[in-house]
Amino acid sequence: MNSKPYVREVSKTTWFLSHPRYKRYMAREVTCIFIFAYTFLLIAALGALANGQEAFDAFVLGLGGPLGVLFNVVVLIATVYHSLSWFVVTPQAMPIQMGEEFVAGHIIVNAHYGAWAVVSLIILFWGM
Amino acid sequence: MEIIKADVAIVGAGGAGLRAAIALAEADPKLRIALISKVYPMRSHTCAAEGGAAGVIKSDDSLDLHFSDTVGGGDWLSDQDAVEYFINEAPKELTQLEHWGCPWSREADGSVAVRPFGGMKIKRTWYAADKSGFHILHTLFQTSLKYPSIQRFDEYYATDLLVEDGRCQGLTALEIRSGEMKQFQAGAVIIAAGGGGKMFPFTTNGNIKTGDGMALAYRAGTPLKDMEFVQYHPTGLPNNGILLTEGCRGEGGVLFNKDGRRYLQDYGMGPETPIGQPVLKTMELGPRDRLSQAFWGEQKKGNTVKTPWGDCVLLDMRHLGEKKIDERLPLVRDLCISYLGMDPVKEPIPIRPVVHYMMGGIHTDVQAATRLPGLFAAGECACVSINGANRLGSNSLTELLVFGRRAALSAIAHLQSNQVPSSDTALAAKAKESQNRIQALFDKSNGTESISGLRQEMMDTMEENVGIYRTGEGLAAACEKIAELRQRYANITLTDKTHVYNTDLMQALELGSMLDCAEAVTVGARDRKESRGAHQRLDFTARDDENLLKHSLAHYHPTEPPRIEYLDVVVTKSKPGVRDYSGAKK
Amino acid sequence: MSELQQRQIQLEVLRYNPETDTAPRYQTYSVPCLEEWVVLDALNYIKDHLDPTLSYRWSCHMAVCGSCGMMVNGEPKLACKAFIHEYKEGQIKVEPMANFPIERDLVTSVEDFITKLASVKPYLIPKEDKPVSAGEFKQTPAELKKFKQYTLCINCMLCYAACPQYALVPEFLGPAAISMAHRYNQDSRDGGRDQRQEVIASDEGVWECSFVGACSEVCPKHVDPAGALQQIKVASTIDWYKEHLMPWMKK
Ligand SMILES: Cc1cc2nc3c(=O)[nH]c(=O)nc-3n(C[C@H](O)[C@H](O)[C@H](O)COP(=O)(O)OP(=O)(O)OC[C@H]3O[C@@H](n4cnc5c(N)ncnc54)[C@H](O)[C@@H]3O)c2cc1C
Ligand code: SF4
Ligand code: FES
Repeated sequence: MNSKPYVREVSKTTWFLSHPRYKRYMAREVTCIFIFAYTFLLIAALGALANGQEAFDAFVLGLGGPLGVLFNVVVLIATVYHSLSWFVVTPQAMPIQMGEEFVAGHIIVNAHYGAWAVVSLIILFWGM
Repeated sequence: MEIIKADVAIVGAGGAGLRAAIALAEADPKLRIALISKVYPMRSHTCAAEGGAAGVIKSDDSLDLHFSDTVGGGDWLSDQDAVEYFINEAPKELTQLEHWGCPWSREADGSVAVRPFGGMKIKRTWYAADKSGFHILHTLFQTSLKYPSIQRFDEYYATDLLVEDGRCQGLTALEIRSGEMKQFQAGAVIIAAGGGGKMFPFTTNGNIKTGDGMALAYRAGTPLKDMEFVQYHPTGLPNNGILLTEGCRGEGGVLFNKDGRRYLQDYGMGPETPIGQPVLKTMELGPRDRLSQAFWGEQKKGNTVKTPWGDCVLLDMRHLGEKKIDERLPLVRDLCISYLGMDPVKEPIPIRPVVHYMMGGIHTDVQAATRLPGLFAAGECACVSINGANRLGSNSLTELLVFGRRAALSAIAHLQSNQVPSSDTALAAKAKESQNRIQALFDKSNGTESISGLRQEMMDTMEENVGIYRTGEGLAAACEKIAELRQRYANITLTDKTHVYNTDLMQALELGSMLDCAEAVTVGARDRKESRGAHQRLDFTARDDENLLKHSLAHYHPTEPPRIEYLDVVVTKSKPGVRDYSGAKK
Repeated sequence: MSELQQRQIQLEVLRYNPETDTAPRYQTYSVPCLEEWVVLDALNYIKDHLDPTLSYRWSCHMAVCGSCGMMVNGEPKLACKAFIHEYKEGQIKVEPMANFPIERDLVTSVEDFITKLASVKPYLIPKEDKPVSAGEFKQTPAELKKFKQYTLCINCMLCYAACPQYALVPEFLGPAAISMAHRYNQDSRDGGRDQRQEVIASDEGVWECSFVGACSEVCPKHVDPAGALQQIKVASTIDWYKEHLMPWMKK
């Protein structure tokens, strides 16, 4: 047999640097770390609450400090990026056919924005 | 040399080859089927067919009408017993494909939809948008994966048939991946290797359509039939010959010359029909030969549009509107935008006739059997003949199915006749001869001719002298030139002497096939002194039923031009008449 | 209509011949290209006029046979649909499709894909038995439209060349094969989903996919394989919940 196929190796660690679309994907994946981190914050909040009123007040005070605000802002930005990057792809994952035609992708995406806005507003007013 | 044993070997895995393989596997799961193809099955050129496949299914249609359209369309050169068989089987085969999952376009009530096609009196062309052949091919290929008895030999190039004791008992093929020659020993062989449009420079045919299957049979001593009939499709993109399906006109597209005149009315296909209301078998829905000939007439009169790619006429589909074009002709729109930079929704598209289909091919009877026992043929490489002197659009895809299956059944019948195979040594010796022929190409170092150079000369000759209208003089010149090229072919040289995916070698072998076929075409055309269907002579303008209601059969000779024999056409119920494509008759 | 423009292009082609080379190497050809050409035309020019030893696959020259996939300037493309006028630089780099072993020059191995395609049972497994003589199965235009897009796959394998998951885990069934299973699952005439599920909902099936989405970006036929895979994930997840939380729902 003369045939001797040549296999080009792919780097297991740096493959995503080879194309912008892989970097975009990595950005989506990496931003979920911040969401992960935020869950620790919530657990810490629960822990503080369990330790009584005083502990919780201190915790809330800490959140208002520069580090707390910075952390929240960073997490917010990351979360927004992460969520938006998923919104754009929902029409692919959950197409809706009405009659013969499929509902246009942008309508599904916009519906997500809409739902997001509504939920945010409810939380905002409920919290006040 | 490795020997591969099979009950039936099939050369070609396009529509016809796959249909044959499935029919064999269904008939008897114990049959060993070798499906040999020089490309992966789904690359076969059936994938390029756009418009659809004809078969009577609707209540307003009848088998008789399909019969008369086909026979008249073929200018009475079709064998009527074959046409009869064909139209009867057509609806069953198309329904069978539906049962295998083919995504045919549908009516609102869920039944299969049909569209009008050129030369057909009733809408009877089943279609899957404008990707009909593509869907047929993929449906067949994917269905074939169900059958473990179909053993595929993808990217194997068949080089010679093994004929011993007057029977075809297998073939040799090169495994392209390794460059190794294999001997296929089989009780029966079916050739389904497609057409040979690539002998012309401007064609809708893909790179693989080099007439290999025809040449295989021809060199093995079985004749080629009606090779002079080469179909021009009237609507090709002018720069690269990409096809715009007849469905464009079926859906209502119209043709204009440079003055905005619907010129077909000047060629016996009028009176003009209102735009947006196509009338069957009239104007734009005339048959392909007539439309291509009308183009030639306009060119002579100076009525064509000048483009950087030569003379054109205009195909206008704007009145169909974006929605209909996107639904029925999405590929056409995509092809025009991509390859020509023009959108048929917004502007008329320049087009010109382009070499499309070979009515001729390996001579078979209605059982798909050749004159060589054990050898069968189906699809574009075969000539049964249902297509006569001019194929009607959408009959070919159906033909692949009907006669692909027929060839399989005949091959089984042949196996059942229990002929004793010739001795292994005799067959091995034949295979060795074939191997030596290829090896000689490697060993020769003093060749003077280039493969691409000879190919170009062949194409130029065919285009110049064997086009829509032909003359005795031009054809004589073409015969001489092709004979010369065949001689010079003995002096080609391979630049690539390695073995793995040696496409230089493939091209050399394909050129050999094309030259053999081209000679059958030119000699057949020179000797047919009449005008019929796609064969139009300026020096013999009338049809001559008295002397030439006959098929031509070209017999191969290794160094001389072919000997032409004539064979009566089978006429059962339709006597030759006038082909009337004018709306006036109604 | 304007005159045809011509431009000299340097085509940098990755070459490899297993009989003479130990590793691939680049070779540059200078080709006089018409602007309306595609990269395939330039390769054919090389083959006919400059170097008959260059090997690549092609047939239809109209983006339907799926033969001519390759990397053009690092992007998976059909050579017959990669237009010269879209490459403004005087140089174009052409390499065999990424993620597949190179057989020779621009020819890569197809076998792995065919095996995977066959494994998903890509054919109709009819819901009900019906002889051909009883006519066609009815299917409304809406039912057709539900799966039509997934029938358009030309098996060009560009999606595999773009998929980093396939690059890292070669066992992954991959975008086109799984989309084809989805095509049949979505067909109103088909009843074979359960039979396909075992293969496509396995670890090498959809769950290997992390929704990079590259496949859908490069697919020349807008099949949207990424969409198909996510839809299968959603459906498989629903299956799982039904089975474990609502066992009485199981047929
Ligand atoms: C652009 C276009 C559009 C068309 N549209 C329509 C239409 O709308 N309706 C219609 O009815 N007809 C149409 N036709 C005609 C029809 O599509 C063809 O005639 C038909 O598809 C031929 O099928 P086939 O199976 O005979 O050959 P192909 O599909 O061409 O297959 C040939 C097979 O033979 C194999 N082969 C060839 N040589 C060798 C060798 N040496 N060794 C091993 N294998 C070999 C190839 O690998 C391939 O598998 C169209 C044709 C073209 C070109
Ligand atoms: S899904 Fe698209 S990219 Fe992938 S093989 Fe099919 S056509 Fe090619
Ligand atoms: S040559 Fe057929 S897809 Fe490019």
